[in-house]
Amino acid sequence: MSKALVELIRNKFPDAFVETHSQVGDDTVVVKSEAWHDVCAFLKSSPDSDIDMLIDLTAVDFPEREPRFEVVAHMYSLDLGHRLRLKTRVGDAKGENTDVATLSDLWGSANWMEREAWDMFGIVFDGHPDLRRILMYPEFKGHPLRRDYPADKIQPLVEYRKVDNIDKLPPFDANEGMSFGRQTHDKTEEESADAELFGDN
Amino acid sequence: MGELKTKTEVIGEGDGASIITTKAEDLLHWAQKYSLFMCPFITACCGMEFMGVTSPRYDLARFGAEAPRFSPRQSDLLWVVGTITQRQAPILKRIYDQMAEPKWVMAFGTCASCGGFYDNYATVAGLDKIIPCDIYIPGCPPRPESVFDGLMLLQDKIADGDRSPSIIKPRSDNAEGPDHGLVQLSRRDSRPSVS
Ligand code: SF4
Repeated sequence: MSKALVELIRNKFPDAFVETHSQVGDDTVVVKSEAWHDVCAFLKSSPDSDIDMLIDLTAVDFPEREPRFEVVAHMYSLDLGHRLRLKTRVGDAKGENTDVATLSDLWGSANWMEREAWDMFGIVFDGHPDLRRILMYPEFKGHPLRRDYPADKIQPLVEYRKVDNIDKLPPFDANEGMSFGRQTHDKTEEESADAELFGDN
Repeated sequence: MGELKTKTEVIGEGDGASIITTKAEDLLHWAQKYSLFMCPFITACCGMEFMGVTSPRYDLARFGAEAPRFSPRQSDLLWVVGTITQRQAPILKRIYDQMAEPKWVMAFGTCASCGGFYDNYATVAGLDKIIPCDIYIPGCPPRPESVFDGLMLLQDKIADGDRSPSIIKPRSDNAEGPDHGLVQLSRRDSRPSVS
């Protein structure tokens, strides 16, 4: 459906074109990060593409790759009815140098989605009018959806209570409450026996 | 009207009973347990079940707990319904602090009780990490019946002057077992065979 779009980008930006693939009918183009804004501006203004809607903009972290992050934009043309997935790659192994140009001057919807990508992955969108965290709180350190953010690290805003004199706190006994998935206490002998019996862990 | 607990004596028999003696404390507890004005703090999907609980079908007014007060200063029972995120935590703490004594807190649903399956950077693993909690109602979301279980347990606790946290225990499910005529999805051999 949007093969023509792929060719359009390939002809217009032969130097910036990295690769393309098509998965279950969704055509994807990967471009160099320097040309990110130019390609998007072209797609928006050219009558052949006429992309007037940015559906989604997010990022993916591949820690084993270099460049490490993929910035992904899904775009759609309301008049022509075709869609395209445009990607670019930024960042080094340390998670630095994640600069890419903002698209918020082209599509208003990019504003918040870029803030989210910044918040979750630490992608820096150059030229963004207001690049603040959008989901996490300003005090939060780091970017939680990066693969190197520890899975169990929390940064509470309110100090947790000291609760050792309260006897009934979750996680509950085996005979109390529901069987929640979380296990933050050491297994008792009885529980270990149960686990062996039922093949749990 | 519900009974007054302990040390309460009704003088006289049957319908002619006209004098009740009790301790002032018991009378106070009795009044408190039937006037639990709620302060709903609803943050997530459990809110749907909360709407069910407060609907006429389940008639929360039976327990005297139906009147919502959207000012924490006027309410007695804080219903924490749904996931508490780290970002919400200061708000919850503040609302709790604003409530006047005596106050009770109910953790409605697994998320409010212990964080549920949200074991991640964003979620507080149970509201008791931040404020004291009187009653935990497990379930994702809990059925209205378990909420009433919790509410009645809380009423009992209030009547006894007991402030230790309690949990609704699981009931054995009547739908379990082959005798109850319900479809057993896991039993392939009991399906009608196609000839
Ligand atoms: S316990 Fe379940 S229904 Fe309730 S807020 Fe958590 S995820 Fe939603």
